Amino acid sequence: MGWKRKDLLGMQDLETAEITDVLDTALSMKEIAAREIKKVPTLRGKTIVNLFYESSTRTRTSFEIAGKWLSADVINFSASGSSAEKGESLLDTARNIEAMSPDVVVVRHKASGAPALLARHLRCSVVNAGDGAHEHPTQALLDLLTIREKKGHLEGLNVTIVGDVTHSRVARSDIFGMRKMGITVTVAGPPTLIPPQCHELGVKVSHRLEEAIAHADVIMMLRLQHERMQGGFIPSIREYSRVWGLTLAKLAPCRADVLIMHPGPVNRGVELAPEVADSSYSVILDQVANGVAVRMAVLYLLAGSKGA
Amino acid sequence: MSLLIRNGRVIDPAGGADGVQDVWIAEGRIHKMGKGLRAPAGTETVDATGKVVCPGFIDIHVHLREPGFEYKETIASGTRAAAAGGFTAVACMANTFPVNDNRAVTDYILARARVEGVVRVYPIGAVTRNLEGKQLAEMAEQAEAGCVAFSDDGKCVMNAELYRRAMEYALPFGLPVISHAEDCHLGRDSTMNEGLVSTELGLSGQPAAAEDVMVARDIILAELTGAHLHIAHISTSGAVRLLRDAKARGVRVTAEVTPHHLLLTDELVRSYDPNCKMAPPLRTKRDVEACLEALVDGTIDCVATDHAPHALSEKEGEFAEAANGVVGLETAVPLLLDRLVRRGVIDLPTLVTRLSTGPARLLNLPGGSLAPGASADITILDLERPWTVDPAAFRSRSRNTPFAGFTGTGAPWMTLVGGAKVTP
Repeated sequence: MGWKRKDLLGMQDLETAEITDVLDTALSMKEIAAREIKKVPTLRGKTIVNLFYESSTRTRTSFEIAGKWLSADVINFSASGSSAEKGESLLDTARNIEAMSPDVVVVRHKASGAPALLARHLRCSVVNAGDGAHEHPTQALLDLLTIREKKGHLEGLNVTIVGDVTHSRVARSDIFGMRKMGITVTVAGPPTLIPPQCHELGVKVSHRLEEAIAHADVIMMLRLQHERMQGGFIPSIREYSRVWGLTLAKLAPCRADVLIMHPGPVNRGVELAPEVADSSYSVILDQVANGVAVRMAVLYLLAGSKGA
Repeated sequence: MSLLIRNGRVIDPAGGADGVQDVWIAEGRIHKMGKGLRAPAGTETVDATGKVVCPGFIDIHVHLREPGFEYKETIASGTRAAAAGGFTAVACMANTFPVNDNRAVTDYILARARVEGVVRVYPIGAVTRNLEGKQLAEMAEQAEAGCVAFSDDGKCVMNAELYRRAMEYALPFGLPVISHAEDCHLGRDSTMNEGLVSTELGLSGQPAAAEDVMVARDIILAELTGAHLHIAHISTSGAVRLLRDAKARGVRVTAEVTPHHLLLTDELVRSYDPNCKMAPPLRTKRDVEACLEALVDGTIDCVATDHAPHALSEKEGEFAEAANGVVGLETAVPLLLDRLVRRGVIDLPTLVTRLSTGPARLLNLPGGSLAPGASADITILDLERPWTVDPAAFRSRSRNTPFAGFTGTGAPWMTLVGGAKVTP
């Protein structure tokens, strides 16, 4: 199918066929990553701006590598040491960047809806690299790619997402994307970390870890922010870790072929015991590798496939 | 000076009138009403055939922003917006800079209004000094200076004991205490209503309980003190239920609702348009239905706009960063006429009551009546006039409306204050 979208703002907007399109394109991009000379001329002469208002190593690097392997010029713009620190508004910064005629702006911002705001005002393509607790679509796409690779299919699988769903953009994008691909999604965590009316997103909600993971094909562990005690969401990291941290013992009754995933960065010993993170169940590093492929696919579909 | 308004449908809820007749104004007051009145030769006449003549509309919840925030609104621009929107009087909230928590600021507002205002301006004084919720403002002097009520609107007085004392202290002045009912702990960091939409958008939500809890507390304090409690911008079905119950038990409590809480839901926030951000936030369909029902049956006493002007720079960026509030003076009456009256949700005389007699009684203001001798504050409506909301044409200095581009039929046609036509 032909890609028609100007922007990638969230999984909620995407059609099933578009998701499949990105995943299939990403597979062919993986072939490039396997080469000794990892460079194709597909996006030569195109400019990609990474506009990151929140600190990020993994996602920004992933987008940067993806752009460079496709021969685009990639410019990194981070909020520290830039005009944002001098009080320039997001829109003004965006207008200034647009005046330099980029083809794609990749944005991460702490405010939900910031990429949508930019997309409304910019002529170039906008990719959401994470906005507040709203969406992180390329993370969901790389998760889907990883699951499809490991399991051979998506439809009919059971995925359990564990932890701080309330504050997680990864959880939302995963839920929207996985539901569209026919996956049964369970979210699990203390009630304080499950957002209101969550079940209306078409997921099962569980407040018991053992029950939630018993039949899972995939367990997605979310990162717990250390400051969550302040809002009264949990009493202590210690208690959270004891009740909700995934250990080999809690995994024992689970499916033998269960996959453990994590969007990173991992709090070792909090949500994930080190021996689980490093176990054969874990596909965390496959996720990172697939992240580059998925972002190559997204950049190619937005900037390179229109024959411009 | 004399003026004859001829042949309009006159709706005067206070006098129980609803029919075609003439209204004769002399010396700024209603002189006489009746069919086929004959005024002396040379009397100016207004042909109101096909129009609706009502007591002047009163908006008891407006932020005029002066002093201190003249870049958002001034008394000059805000009262012109009011006149254009069919309002002959407004009550203005205390969250100016400096705060209207003392006689000097009240005097200043009234002086500016006399010089630059085109509709009547009634200041509302602060409950606590600098709206800090710590120490009572000098309410006796504020009452002497002309404040018509007390409110820390924009902020909730979280200290229940202090609020109890404020209600007691206000008793001898016979003025209501207006509650901005929002538990600031339950609403912490929130930017919208808590529910399915906030969950999908990843925006922190404020549960309806943040309002319900405070409405319940304030009703209990009103019972304890015997004070007149007025609930500002009621927005939840739970608060409406508490209000209905309290009224049935004879508690001295009244309430207002805004046009946006009557017409919009949190679904609109999906646009991330900061013009959909206000406090209290847009709620759900169920809440809207409860507010409409209560407005119709009189549980809610009046409509007030919570006109809250903000500059473009405060309303164009990230949703979470944007200021709370929307303008309402110039859109309220057209929207209510089209969306509620024209669509049969509420009948015209009831809406007129909620915009004139209701608010006048509630704040003990002159107005809300066309009885002979009353000041000739009159709003004339043209129910057939088509409109499109065009923020660029607002008289207000600000443009922050969620209704831009809305179209409808029925709008204010002429506004008279003290018998004089007000040209906005």
